[in-house]
Amino acid sequence: MNRVVITGMGIYSTIGKNIEEVNNSLYNGKSGIGFEQLRKDMGFRSALTGIIERPNLKGELKRRQRVGMAEEGEYAYVATVEALKQAKIDDDFLERFDVGILYGNDSSARAVVNSHDLLKEKKDTALLGSGAIFQSMNSTITMNLSTIFKLKGINLTVSAACASGSHAIGMGYHFIKSGLQDIIICGGGQEINAHSMGSFDGLSAFSIREDQPQKASRPFDRDRDGLVPSGGGATIILESYESAVKRGANIIAEVIGYGFSSNGDHISVPNVEGPAKSLEMALRDAQLKSNQIDYINAHATATPVGDLNEAQAISKVFGEKTPYISSTKSMTGHEMWMGGASEIVYSILMMQNSYVAPNINFENPDEFSAKLNIATETIKNHNIDIFLSNSFGFGGTNSSLIVKKIK
Amino acid sequence: MENQEVISKVNDFLIDEFEIDEDQLIPAASLKETLEIDSLDYVDLVVIIERNFGFKVKGEDFAAIKSLQDFYDYIIEKAQVN
Repeated sequence: MNRVVITGMGIYSTIGKNIEEVNNSLYNGKSGIGFEQLRKDMGFRSALTGIIERPNLKGELKRRQRVGMAEEGEYAYVATVEALKQAKIDDDFLERFDVGILYGNDSSARAVVNSHDLLKEKKDTALLGSGAIFQSMNSTITMNLSTIFKLKGINLTVSAACASGSHAIGMGYHFIKSGLQDIIICGGGQEINAHSMGSFDGLSAFSIREDQPQKASRPFDRDRDGLVPSGGGATIILESYESAVKRGANIIAEVIGYGFSSNGDHISVPNVEGPAKSLEMALRDAQLKSNQIDYINAHATATPVGDLNEAQAISKVFGEKTPYISSTKSMTGHEMWMGGASEIVYSILMMQNSYVAPNINFENPDEFSAKLNIATETIKNHNIDIFLSNSFGFGGTNSSLIVKKIK
Repeated sequence: MENQEVISKVNDFLIDEFEIDEDQLIPAASLKETLEIDSLDYVDLVVIIERNFGFKVKGEDFAAIKSLQDFYDYIIEKAQVN
Protein backbone atom coordinates (compact mmCIF):
# COMPACT_ATOMS: atom_id res chain seq x y z
CA MET A 1 0.00 0.00 0.00
CA ASN A 2 1.26 3.46 -0.91
CA ARG A 3 1.55 6.30 1.54
CA VAL A 4 -0.56 9.26 0.37
CA VAL A 5 0.79 12.78 0.70
CA ILE A 6 -0.26 16.30 -0.19
CA THR A 7 2.15 18.24 -2.39
CA GLY A 8 0.13 21.32 -3.27
CA MET A 9 -2.94 23.28 -2.25
CA GLY A 10 -4.91 26.26 -3.48
CA ILE A 11 -7.97 28.15 -2.33
CA TYR A 12 -10.43 30.77 -3.59
CA SER A 13 -12.89 31.62 -0.84
CA THR A 14 -14.92 34.31 0.85
CA ILE A 15 -12.04 34.95 3.27
CA GLY A 16 -9.29 35.22 0.68
CA LYS A 17 -8.40 34.56 -2.94
CA ASN A 18 -5.22 32.61 -2.29
CA ILE A 19 -3.34 30.72 0.42
CA GLU A 20 -1.68 33.80 1.89
CA GLU A 21 -4.85 35.88 2.15
CA VAL A 22 -6.80 32.98 3.62
CA ASN A 23 -4.10 32.25 6.19
CA ASN A 24 -4.23 35.88 7.36
CA SER A 25 -8.02 35.80 7.61
CA LEU A 26 -8.03 32.55 9.57
CA TYR A 27 -5.42 33.82 11.99
CA ASN A 28 -7.29 37.08 12.52
CA GLY A 29 -10.76 35.56 12.74
CA LYS A 30 -12.06 37.50 9.74
CA SER A 31 -15.59 36.82 8.50
CA GLY A 32 -16.54 36.55 4.82
CA ILE A 33 -20.29 36.91 5.39
CA GLY A 34 -22.56 39.69 4.12
CA PHE A 35 -26.10 40.62 3.13
CA GLU A 36 -27.38 40.33 -0.45
CA GLN A 37 -30.46 42.43 -1.18
CA LEU A 38 -31.33 40.32 -4.26
CA ARG A 39 -32.24 37.42 -1.98
CA LYS A 40 -34.67 39.57 -0.06
CA ASP A 41 -36.18 40.82 -3.32
CA MET A 42 -36.62 37.22 -4.46
CA GLY A 43 -38.50 36.26 -1.28
CA PHE A 44 -35.75 34.63 0.74
CA ARG A 45 -36.24 34.26 4.47
CA SER A 46 -32.55 35.12 4.91
CA ALA A 47 -30.41 37.32 2.66
CA LEU A 48 -27.18 36.31 4.40
CA THR A 49 -24.48 34.74 2.26
CA GLY A 50 -20.74 34.42 1.81
CA ILE A 51 -19.52 37.28 -0.39
CA ILE A 52 -17.14 36.48 -3.20
CA GLU A 53 -15.90 38.21 -6.33
CA ARG A 54 -15.91 36.14 -9.51
CA PRO A 55 -12.44 35.82 -10.97
CA ASN A 56 -11.86 37.45 -14.35
CA LEU A 57 -10.31 34.73 -16.50
CA LYS A 58 -10.45 36.63 -19.81
CA GLY A 59 -6.92 36.76 -21.08
CA GLU A 60 -5.90 33.80 -18.92
CA LEU A 61 -8.10 31.18 -20.58
CA LYS A 62 -9.29 31.01 -24.17
CA ARG A 63 -12.92 31.75 -24.90
CA ARG A 64 -13.67 28.08 -25.62
CA GLN A 65 -12.21 27.17 -22.22
CA ARG A 66 -14.36 29.76 -20.45
CA VAL A 67 -17.81 29.48 -22.05
CA GLY A 68 -18.58 26.08 -20.55
CA MET A 69 -17.44 27.01 -17.08
CA ALA A 70 -19.95 27.91 -14.36
CA GLU A 71 -18.89 30.10 -11.45
CA GLU A 72 -17.88 27.15 -9.24
CA GLY A 73 -15.64 25.98 -12.07
CA GLU A 74 -13.93 29.36 -12.11
CA TYR A 75 -13.27 29.21 -8.37
CA ALA A 76 -11.98 25.65 -8.71
CA TYR A 77 -9.77 26.65 -11.63
CA VAL A 78 -8.07 29.46 -9.71
CA ALA A 79 -7.53 27.19 -6.69
CA THR A 80 -6.15 24.44 -8.90
CA VAL A 81 -3.68 26.73 -10.66
CA GLU A 82 -2.32 27.72 -7.24
CA ALA A 83 -2.18 24.09 -6.07
CA LEU A 84 -0.42 22.82 -9.20
CA LYS A 85 2.11 25.64 -8.95
CA GLN A 86 2.85 24.75 -5.34
CA ALA A 87 3.19 21.08 -6.34
CA LYS A 88 5.58 22.05 -9.13
CA ILE A 89 3.43 20.37 -11.75
CA ASP A 90 3.54 22.18 -15.09
CA ASP A 91 1.90 21.70 -18.49
CA ASP A 92 4.74 19.52 -19.70
CA PHE A 93 4.34 17.17 -16.73
CA LEU A 94 0.56 17.01 -17.24
CA GLU A 95 1.16 16.14 -20.89
CA ARG A 96 3.54 13.28 -20.09
CA PHE A 97 1.99 11.65 -17.02
CA ASP A 98 -1.48 10.39 -16.04
CA VAL A 99 -2.81 12.88 -13.52
CA GLY A 100 -6.40 12.41 -12.37
CA ILE A 101 -9.13 14.62 -10.91
CA LEU A 102 -11.70 13.79 -8.22
CA TYR A 103 -13.66 16.88 -7.28
CA GLY A 104 -16.68 17.42 -5.08
CA ASN A 105 -19.65 19.29 -6.51
CA ASP A 106 -23.37 18.78 -6.12
CA SER A 107 -25.11 21.51 -8.11
CA SER A 108 -24.82 24.01 -10.89
CA ALA A 109 -28.17 25.67 -10.49
CA ARG A 110 -27.58 29.13 -11.93
CA ALA A 111 -26.65 27.73 -15.35
CA VAL A 112 -29.81 25.60 -15.37
CA VAL A 113 -32.01 28.53 -14.34
CA ASN A 114 -30.42 30.85 -16.93
CA SER A 115 -30.99 28.33 -19.73
CA HIS A 116 -34.56 27.76 -18.65
CA ASP A 117 -35.30 31.51 -18.52
CA LEU A 118 -33.74 32.02 -21.97
CA LEU A 119 -35.69 29.12 -23.44
CA LYS A 120 -38.96 30.52 -22.10
CA GLU A 121 -38.13 33.86 -23.74
CA LYS A 122 -36.73 32.63 -27.08
CA LYS A 123 -38.62 29.35 -27.48
CA ASP A 124 -35.69 27.89 -29.42
CA THR A 125 -33.01 25.64 -27.97
CA ALA A 126 -30.61 26.70 -30.73
CA LEU A 127 -30.37 30.07 -28.99
CA LEU A 128 -29.09 28.71 -25.66
CA GLY A 129 -25.45 28.79 -26.75
CA SER A 130 -22.75 26.15 -26.65
CA GLY A 131 -21.67 26.56 -23.03
CA ALA A 132 -25.00 26.02 -21.29
CA ILE A 133 -24.91 22.23 -21.16
CA PHE A 134 -21.32 22.10 -19.88
CA GLN A 135 -22.14 24.67 -17.20
CA SER A 136 -25.30 22.89 -16.12
CA MET A 137 -24.08 19.44 -15.16
CA ASN A 138 -22.91 18.40 -11.70
CA SER A 139 -19.64 17.30 -13.28
CA THR A 140 -19.05 20.79 -14.70
CA ILE A 141 -15.88 21.28 -12.66
CA THR A 142 -14.19 18.00 -13.55
CA MET A 143 -15.19 18.17 -17.22
CA ASN A 144 -13.80 21.69 -17.56
CA LEU A 145 -10.62 21.30 -15.51
CA SER A 146 -9.75 17.97 -17.10
CA THR A 147 -9.99 19.64 -20.51
CA ILE A 148 -8.08 22.79 -19.54
CA PHE A 149 -5.24 20.93 -17.81
CA LYS A 150 -5.28 18.04 -20.33
CA LEU A 151 -5.66 15.43 -17.59
CA LYS A 152 -5.35 11.78 -18.53
CA GLY A 153 -6.11 9.90 -15.31
CA ILE A 154 -9.31 9.28 -13.34
CA ASN A 155 -11.90 11.96 -14.14
CA LEU A 156 -14.85 11.94 -11.78
CA THR A 157 -17.14 14.21 -9.79
CA VAL A 158 -18.11 13.19 -6.28
CA SER A 159 -21.61 14.30 -5.27
CA ALA A 160 -22.32 13.73 -1.62
CA ALA A 161 -24.05 16.91 -0.47
CA CYS A 162 -22.02 18.82 2.13
CA ALA A 163 -19.50 16.00 2.40
CA SER A 164 -18.65 16.04 -1.35
CA GLY A 165 -15.22 17.66 -1.05
CA SER A 166 -14.21 15.45 1.86
CA HIS A 167 -15.28 12.24 0.14
CA ALA A 168 -13.43 13.36 -3.02
CA ILE A 169 -10.22 13.48 -0.99
CA GLY A 170 -11.09 10.18 0.68
CA MET A 171 -11.63 8.55 -2.73
CA GLY A 172 -8.38 10.01 -4.01
CA TYR A 173 -6.60 8.67 -0.95
CA HIS A 174 -7.79 5.15 -1.77
CA PHE A 175 -6.99 5.41 -5.49
CA ILE A 176 -3.40 6.35 -4.62
CA LYS A 177 -3.05 4.05 -1.63
CA SER A 178 -4.01 1.08 -3.79
CA GLY A 179 -1.63 2.08 -6.60
CA LEU A 180 -4.25 2.92 -9.23
CA GLN A 181 -2.97 6.50 -9.63
CA ASP A 182 0.13 8.44 -8.61
CA ILE A 183 -1.28 11.96 -8.60
CA ILE A 184 -4.86 13.21 -8.32
CA ILE A 185 -6.20 16.76 -8.21
CA CYS A 186 -8.78 16.63 -5.40
CA GLY A 187 -11.05 19.30 -4.05
CA GLY A 188 -14.47 20.82 -3.86
CA GLY A 189 -16.32 23.68 -5.52
CA GLN A 190 -19.48 25.52 -4.56
CA GLU A 191 -21.54 28.09 -6.43
CA ILE A 192 -22.67 31.19 -4.52
CA ASN A 193 -25.86 32.57 -5.97
CA ALA A 194 -29.46 33.06 -4.99
CA HIS A 195 -30.75 30.69 -7.69
CA SER A 196 -29.03 27.72 -6.10
CA MET A 197 -30.09 28.50 -2.54
CA GLY A 198 -33.81 29.36 -2.65
CA SER A 199 -34.97 25.81 -1.99
CA PHE A 200 -32.50 25.42 0.88
CA ASP A 201 -33.64 28.76 2.34
CA GLY A 202 -37.17 27.36 2.16
CA LEU A 203 -36.25 24.79 4.83
CA SER A 204 -35.68 27.67 7.31
CA ALA A 205 -32.17 26.31 7.86
CA PHE A 206 -30.41 29.67 7.41
CA SER A 207 -29.59 32.19 10.09
CA ILE A 208 -31.82 35.26 10.07
CA ARG A 209 -29.47 37.45 12.10
CA GLU A 210 -29.49 39.86 9.15
CA ASP A 211 -28.69 42.96 11.20
CA GLN A 212 -25.31 41.44 12.13
CA PRO A 213 -24.11 39.39 9.11
CA GLN A 214 -20.66 38.70 10.52
CA LYS A 215 -22.15 37.53 13.82
CA ALA A 216 -24.67 35.25 12.12
CA SER A 217 -22.61 32.09 11.69
CA ARG A 218 -22.28 30.87 15.30
CA PRO A 219 -21.33 27.18 15.36
CA PHE A 220 -21.73 25.54 18.79
CA ASP A 221 -22.98 28.82 20.35
CA ARG A 222 -26.08 28.53 22.51
CA ASP A 223 -27.85 31.24 20.49
CA ARG A 224 -27.11 29.93 17.00
CA ASP A 225 -30.07 30.09 14.66
CA GLY A 226 -28.91 28.41 11.47
CA LEU A 227 -26.18 28.30 8.85
CA VAL A 228 -25.04 30.91 6.34
CA PRO A 229 -24.60 29.56 2.78
CA SER A 230 -21.26 30.24 1.16
CA GLY A 231 -18.85 28.78 -1.39
CA GLY A 232 -15.73 29.03 -3.54
CA GLY A 233 -13.14 26.47 -4.61
CA ALA A 234 -10.44 24.46 -2.83
CA THR A 235 -7.87 22.11 -4.33
CA ILE A 236 -5.23 19.80 -2.93
CA ILE A 237 -2.80 17.72 -4.92
CA LEU A 238 -2.76 14.16 -3.59
CA GLU A 239 0.26 12.08 -4.52
CA SER A 240 1.95 8.83 -3.62
CA TYR A 241 4.90 9.39 -1.30
CA GLU A 242 7.13 7.57 -3.77
CA SER A 243 6.12 9.84 -6.67
CA ALA A 244 6.56 12.98 -4.56
CA VAL A 245 10.06 11.94 -3.47
CA LYS A 246 10.99 10.94 -7.01
CA ARG A 247 9.90 14.35 -8.35
CA GLY A 248 11.58 16.23 -5.55
CA ALA A 249 8.22 17.78 -4.65
CA ASN A 250 7.67 19.64 -1.40
CA ILE A 251 5.60 17.33 0.80
CA ILE A 252 3.13 19.39 2.80
CA ALA A 253 1.35 16.70 4.80
CA GLU A 254 0.20 13.08 4.74
CA VAL A 255 -3.36 11.77 4.63
CA ILE A 256 -3.41 8.89 7.11
CA GLY A 257 -7.06 8.20 7.75
CA TYR A 258 -10.44 8.24 6.05
CA GLY A 259 -13.67 7.21 7.71
CA PHE A 260 -17.17 7.24 6.34
CA SER A 261 -20.68 6.13 7.15
CA SER A 262 -24.28 6.65 6.26
CA ASN A 263 -26.81 7.42 8.97
CA GLY A 264 -29.56 5.28 7.43
CA ASP A 265 -31.95 7.73 9.03
CA HIS A 266 -33.60 11.07 8.22
CA ILE A 267 -32.84 12.93 4.97
CA SER A 268 -31.97 16.25 6.63
CA VAL A 269 -31.77 15.70 10.39
CA PRO A 270 -28.39 14.24 11.40
CA ASN A 271 -27.93 11.80 14.25
CA VAL A 272 -25.12 10.96 16.68
CA GLU A 273 -24.32 7.36 15.77
CA GLY A 274 -23.47 7.94 12.08
CA PRO A 275 -20.91 10.71 12.60
CA ALA A 276 -19.40 8.84 15.58
CA LYS A 277 -18.97 5.78 13.38
CA SER A 278 -17.20 7.86 10.72
CA LEU A 279 -14.86 9.37 13.34
CA GLU A 280 -14.04 5.96 14.80
CA MET A 281 -13.38 4.47 11.37
CA ALA A 282 -10.97 7.28 10.48
CA LEU A 283 -9.08 6.75 13.75
CA ARG A 284 -8.90 3.00 13.13
CA ASP A 285 -7.69 3.57 9.57
CA ALA A 286 -4.97 5.90 10.86
CA GLN A 287 -4.16 3.46 13.69
CA LEU A 288 -4.50 6.25 16.21
CA LYS A 289 -6.09 6.72 19.59
CA SER A 290 -8.31 9.76 19.98
CA ASN A 291 -5.84 11.47 22.34
CA GLN A 292 -3.30 11.63 19.50
CA ILE A 293 -5.39 14.18 17.58
CA ASP A 294 -4.17 17.76 18.15
CA TYR A 295 -7.03 19.61 16.49
CA ILE A 296 -10.52 18.92 15.16
CA ASN A 297 -11.98 21.01 12.38
CA ALA A 298 -15.65 20.41 13.11
CA HIS A 299 -18.38 20.18 10.52
CA ALA A 300 -20.58 22.36 12.77
CA THR A 301 -22.61 24.61 10.48
CA ALA A 302 -24.52 26.48 13.23
CA THR A 303 -27.82 24.66 12.84
CA PRO A 304 -29.37 23.88 16.21
CA VAL A 305 -29.61 20.09 15.78
CA GLY A 306 -26.52 19.50 13.64
CA ASP A 307 -24.09 21.07 16.09
CA LEU A 308 -25.82 19.41 19.02
CA ASN A 309 -25.37 15.96 17.52
CA GLU A 310 -21.80 16.54 16.33
CA ALA A 311 -20.84 17.73 19.82
CA GLN A 312 -22.26 14.50 21.24
CA ALA A 313 -20.50 12.39 18.59
CA ILE A 314 -17.16 14.04 19.37
CA SER A 315 -17.69 13.56 23.11
CA LYS A 316 -18.63 9.93 22.53
CA VAL A 317 -15.38 9.26 20.67
CA PHE A 318 -12.99 11.62 22.47
CA GLY A 319 -14.35 11.43 25.99
CA GLU A 320 -14.08 14.27 28.51
CA LYS A 321 -10.78 15.67 27.24
CA THR A 322 -11.02 16.81 23.64
CA PRO A 323 -8.32 18.50 21.59
CA TYR A 324 -8.87 22.09 20.44
CA ILE A 325 -11.92 22.28 18.22
CA SER A 326 -13.12 25.02 15.91
CA SER A 327 -15.58 25.34 13.10
CA THR A 328 -14.06 27.61 10.46
CA LYS A 329 -17.60 27.95 9.11
CA SER A 330 -17.96 30.63 11.78
CA MET A 331 -15.86 32.78 9.41
CA THR A 332 -16.50 31.32 5.96
CA GLY A 333 -20.12 30.32 6.30
CA HIS A 334 -21.08 26.86 5.09
CA GLU A 335 -19.13 26.13 1.93
CA MET A 336 -21.19 23.00 1.37
CA TRP A 337 -19.94 20.89 -1.60
CA MET A 338 -16.56 22.60 -1.20
CA GLY A 339 -16.33 22.56 2.59
CA GLY A 340 -14.74 19.16 3.08
CA ALA A 341 -11.85 20.18 0.86
CA SER A 342 -11.46 23.80 1.96
CA GLU A 343 -11.39 22.77 5.59
CA ILE A 344 -8.45 20.48 4.87
CA VAL A 345 -6.67 23.50 3.37
CA TYR A 346 -7.60 25.68 6.38
CA SER A 347 -6.42 23.04 8.85
CA ILE A 348 -3.12 22.49 7.00
CA LEU A 349 -2.50 26.25 7.14
CA MET A 350 -2.98 26.09 10.91
CA MET A 351 -0.66 23.08 11.08
CA GLN A 352 2.00 24.81 9.00
CA ASN A 353 1.82 28.03 10.99
CA SER A 354 1.25 26.56 14.48
CA TYR A 355 -2.07 28.08 15.49
CA VAL A 356 -5.70 27.16 15.88
CA ALA A 357 -8.11 29.45 14.04
CA PRO A 358 -10.93 30.69 16.22
CA ASN A 359 -14.51 29.54 16.27
CA ILE A 360 -15.69 33.14 16.12
CA ASN A 361 -19.06 34.11 17.60
CA PHE A 362 -18.87 31.34 20.19
CA GLU A 363 -20.02 33.30 23.22
CA ASN A 364 -22.06 30.87 25.29
CA PRO A 365 -21.97 27.08 25.14
CA ASP A 366 -25.02 24.85 25.19
CA GLU A 367 -25.23 21.70 27.29
CA PHE A 368 -23.17 19.63 24.84
CA SER A 369 -20.73 22.14 23.36
CA ALA A 370 -19.74 22.98 26.95
CA LYS A 371 -17.98 19.61 27.03
CA LEU A 372 -15.77 20.49 24.06
CA ASN A 373 -12.50 22.42 24.07
CA ILE A 374 -13.62 25.04 21.57
CA ALA A 375 -11.11 27.70 20.52
CA THR A 376 -12.97 30.93 21.19
CA GLU A 377 -10.03 33.00 19.99
CA THR A 378 -6.88 32.29 17.98
CA ILE A 379 -4.69 29.83 19.87
CA LYS A 380 -1.19 31.03 19.08
CA ASN A 381 1.93 28.88 19.12
CA HIS A 382 -0.08 25.68 19.22
CA ASN A 383 1.66 22.74 17.59
CA ILE A 384 -0.55 20.56 15.42
CA ASP A 385 0.99 17.28 14.32
CA ILE A 386 -2.26 15.54 13.47
CA PHE A 387 -5.72 16.92 12.80
CA LEU A 388 -9.12 15.48 12.00
CA SER A 389 -11.72 17.13 9.79
CA ASN A 390 -15.42 16.22 9.72
CA SER A 391 -17.95 16.70 6.94
CA PHE A 392 -21.55 15.57 7.03
CA GLY A 393 -24.31 15.98 4.47
CA PHE A 394 -27.97 15.55 3.55
CA GLY A 395 -29.00 11.94 3.30
CA GLY A 396 -26.82 11.19 6.31
CA THR A 397 -23.53 10.92 4.42
CA ASN A 398 -20.53 11.31 6.75
CA SER A 399 -16.81 11.68 6.04
CA SER A 400 -13.84 12.15 8.36
CA LEU A 401 -10.26 12.71 7.24
CA ILE A 402 -7.09 12.59 9.33
CA VAL A 403 -3.99 14.45 8.16
CA LYS A 404 -0.52 14.34 9.65
CA LYS A 405 2.42 16.71 9.48
CA ILE A 406 5.47 15.43 7.61
CA LYS A 407 8.61 15.76 9.70
CA MET B 1 -28.42 47.81 -43.55
CA GLU B 2 -25.44 48.78 -45.75
CA ASN B 3 -22.98 46.04 -46.68
CA GLN B 4 -20.14 47.79 -44.94
CA GLU B 5 -22.20 48.09 -41.79
CA VAL B 6 -22.83 44.33 -41.80
CA ILE B 7 -19.13 43.61 -42.32
CA SER B 8 -18.22 45.97 -39.52
CA LYS B 9 -20.73 44.35 -37.13
CA VAL B 10 -19.50 40.85 -37.99
CA ASN B 11 -15.91 41.88 -37.45
CA ASP B 12 -16.81 43.49 -34.12
CA PHE B 13 -18.35 40.35 -32.69
CA LEU B 14 -15.61 38.13 -34.04
CA ILE B 15 -13.09 40.35 -32.25
CA ASP B 16 -15.09 40.96 -29.05
CA GLU B 17 -16.91 37.69 -28.52
CA PHE B 18 -14.66 35.20 -30.30
CA GLU B 19 -11.44 36.99 -29.38
CA ILE B 20 -10.04 36.74 -32.90
CA ASP B 21 -7.17 39.11 -33.77
CA GLU B 22 -8.28 41.94 -36.01
CA ASP B 23 -5.41 41.38 -38.45
CA GLN B 24 -6.65 37.83 -39.12
CA LEU B 25 -9.96 39.12 -40.44
CA ILE B 26 -9.21 39.07 -44.15
CA PRO B 27 -12.02 38.03 -46.55
CA ALA B 28 -10.13 34.95 -47.78
CA ALA B 29 -9.56 33.61 -44.28
CA SER B 30 -10.96 30.12 -43.67
CA LEU B 31 -13.39 30.06 -40.76
CA LYS B 32 -12.18 26.65 -39.62
CA GLU B 33 -8.47 26.64 -40.32
CA THR B 34 -7.49 30.29 -40.01
CA LEU B 35 -10.05 31.66 -37.56
CA GLU B 36 -10.27 28.33 -35.69
CA ILE B 37 -14.06 28.39 -35.44
CA ASP B 38 -14.98 24.88 -34.24
CA SER B 39 -18.25 22.96 -34.18
CA LEU B 40 -19.29 24.41 -30.82
CA ASP B 41 -18.45 27.95 -31.95
CA TYR B 42 -21.05 27.60 -34.73
CA VAL B 43 -23.66 27.10 -32.00
CA ASP B 44 -22.62 30.43 -30.51
CA LEU B 45 -22.57 32.10 -33.95
CA VAL B 46 -26.27 31.27 -34.28
CA VAL B 47 -26.94 33.06 -30.98
CA ILE B 48 -24.83 36.09 -31.86
CA ILE B 49 -26.30 36.48 -35.35
CA GLU B 50 -29.80 36.41 -33.89
CA ARG B 51 -28.80 39.03 -31.34
CA ASN B 52 -27.11 41.31 -33.90
CA PHE B 53 -29.23 40.85 -37.02
CA GLY B 54 -32.53 39.51 -35.73
CA PHE B 55 -32.74 36.29 -37.77
CA LYS B 56 -32.13 32.65 -36.89
CA VAL B 57 -29.55 30.71 -38.85
CA LYS B 58 -30.05 27.02 -39.40
CA GLY B 59 -26.98 25.06 -38.39
CA GLU B 60 -26.88 23.30 -41.75
CA ASP B 61 -26.54 26.66 -43.57
CA PHE B 62 -22.98 26.85 -42.25
CA ALA B 63 -21.98 23.85 -44.38
CA ALA B 64 -21.57 26.06 -47.47
CA ILE B 65 -19.75 28.85 -45.65
CA LYS B 66 -16.03 28.27 -45.89
CA SER B 67 -14.38 31.70 -45.88
CA LEU B 68 -15.01 34.92 -44.06
CA GLN B 69 -16.17 36.45 -47.37
CA ASP B 70 -18.76 33.62 -47.67
CA PHE B 71 -19.89 34.49 -44.17
CA TYR B 72 -20.22 38.23 -44.96
CA ASP B 73 -22.17 37.41 -48.13
CA TYR B 74 -24.51 35.06 -46.28
CA ILE B 75 -25.28 37.62 -43.58
CA ILE B 76 -25.72 40.44 -46.11
CA GLU B 77 -28.19 38.36 -48.13
CA LYS B 78 -30.17 37.21 -45.10
CA ALA B 79 -30.15 40.65 -43.50
CA GLN B 80 -31.68 42.15 -46.65
CA VAL B 81 -34.43 39.53 -46.77
CA ASN B 82 -35.22 40.14 -43.11
